Amino acid sequence: MEFDFYLSTIWSVLKALPLTLEIWFFGIAFGLVIATGLTWLRASGYKLGEYFTRAYVFVFRGSPLLVQLYLIYFGLSQFDFVRHSPILWPILRDPMYCTIVAMALNTAAYESEIFRGALRAVPVGQIEAAKAFGMSAFTRFRLVTLPIALRLALPAYSTEIILMTKATALASVVTIMEMMGTAQKIQHDTFRPIEVLTCAGVIYLLLNLSIARLFAWVEYRLSPHLRPPPEQNQLAKPVPEVL
Amino acid sequence: MSANVAAAAKAAPSSDETPAISVKDLRKCFGDHEVLKGISLEAHKGDVISILGSSGSGKSTMLRCINLLETPDSGEVRVDGELIKMKRGRDGHQMPADIRQVERIRANLAMVFQSFNLWSHMTVLENLVAAPTHVLKRPRAECLEQAEALLKRVGIWERRNYYPPHMSGGQQQRAAIARALAMNPKVMLFDEPTSALDPELVGEVLRVMRSLAEEGRTMLVVTHEMGFARDVSSKVMLLHKGEVDSVGEPKEMFARPPTPQFKQFIANFNK
Repeated sequence: MEFDFYLSTIWSVLKALPLTLEIWFFGIAFGLVIATGLTWLRASGYKLGEYFTRAYVFVFRGSPLLVQLYLIYFGLSQFDFVRHSPILWPILRDPMYCTIVAMALNTAAYESEIFRGALRAVPVGQIEAAKAFGMSAFTRFRLVTLPIALRLALPAYSTEIILMTKATALASVVTIMEMMGTAQKIQHDTFRPIEVLTCAGVIYLLLNLSIARLFAWVEYRLSPHLRPPPEQNQLAKPVPEVL
Repeated sequence: MSANVAAAAKAAPSSDETPAISVKDLRKCFGDHEVLKGISLEAHKGDVISILGSSGSGKSTMLRCINLLETPDSGEVRVDGELIKMKRGRDGHQMPADIRQVERIRANLAMVFQSFNLWSHMTVLENLVAAPTHVLKRPRAECLEQAEALLKRVGIWERRNYYPPHMSGGQQQRAAIARALAMNPKVMLFDEPTSALDPELVGEVLRVMRSLAEEGRTMLVVTHEMGFARDVSSKVMLLHKGEVDSVGEPKEMFARPPTPQFKQFIANFNK
C-alpha cells in the first residue's frame, strides 16, 4: 500500500517532467540570448551600454525571482496598454510564457556577470599572440578568446543552470502544473506532505544530478590541457579540427 | 657618438635595397614616463639584430611598437618599405589608421614571446596551423604537412599532440618558434625568448635560433644572451633609458666598447 502510493506519486510527478523541462529549456535558452547581448553591450566600451547592463544586473540579480514573476504575471496586466497590445498581451496573459520570461530575464543577469568575468580572465598573452599573428578581431575572438572564456565560464554556468532547474518550481505559484504544482495538488488531496514532497524532491535531485554529470562531462572533454599529459600510446590520435 | 655612427655605417649592408624593417624616431610614453625617446633602427634582409639593454631601457616596448602590440606616440615604422599608417584618435593619442593593414603586416612579422603564449587549449600541431589556415587562408592539409616538418626541425615532433602545459619551457618555446616559422614570416621578432627558461633549457632554444640566423632569416632579438649577441647577430644595439646608446658590428663592439654604457653593460658578461 505504502509502496503503491509512492509509486503512483512519483509517476504523477514524472508526468509533469516534460512541462518542467519545457520551462527550464526555454528559460535558459532565452536567458542565454539576453545574457550574450548584455555581455556584448558591457564589453563594447560604450558608456551607455555599461550603465544599462549595470542597472539591469542590479535590478534582476538584486530582487527575488518570485517578486519578478509576480510583477510580470499579476503586475503588468494592470496597465491598459499591455492588455490592449497585440504583441504583449498574448505573452503576458499566459502564465507559462510569463514564467519563461521571468526566468530568462533573471538568469541573464547572473550569466552576463559570469561571462564578463570569464572574458576578463582570458590571459592577455593568449590574445596578444593572436594579434601578433595577424588575426582579425573576429578570428581572435572565435579561435582564442571565446574557447578559453567558455572553459572558464563553464563551472559557474553549470551552477546557474542547476539553480534555474530548481527555480522552475516557482511556476507552480502562477497556476502551472509542472512537477511542483502537481506535487502540491497531490499533497492537498492526500494530506501526506512528507511522502509527496520527498518524491518531488528526489526527482529534482536526480534531474540535477544528471545535469551536473552532463556539465562535468563537457568540462572534461574541453580541458585535456589541464589533465596530466597523455601516455605515449595516445600520441597517434588524429588532429581534430580547430574549433 | 661619431664612433657609433661610423660603426653603424660599417655594419649596414652596402646594397641599397629597401630595409625589411625601418623605424624612425619612435616615441612612446606610459603615462608620464617616457619609455622610448626617439629610437631609429634599420634591419636589412638577413640581418640578425640583437637588442640589448637593462630592464626598463625600452627594448621590449620598441619591439612591440614594430608590430603595433603597443601603439607608438609618434615616429614611423616601415615594413618592407610600407609605412604603417597612423592617425590621431579622439583622445589625441595616435592609433592605427587601417587595422587591416596592421593585420596584414603582423602576419609577416611573426613574434616569439618571453612567456611563449602558446594557445593553451590547442595541441602543439593546432597551434602551428591556426594562424596559417585562418590568417593566410592556406589549405589545412598543406599547413599540417609544413607544421610536422617544422616540429621535426625544432625537435619536438613526438610532442605534436601534446598541449602546451604538458611540455617543458624549452619545448614550449621551440614550439612557439615553430609556430612563428609556420607563417613564413619576412621578419621574426623575439622578445626575450630565453628569459623565462630554466638555465639548462636555454641552450636548446638558442640552438634553434642560431640555425635560423644561419639560414639567413631576418631577426630582431631582444635578449640578455650576450653569447648570442656577440657570436650570432650581425648587429648589436644597446638601448639605454629609451635611447639608442650604441649600435654596431658585434665583434667590434665587444672588443672595443664604443660607449661607457656598453662597456659597463658587457662588463658582467666578460667577467
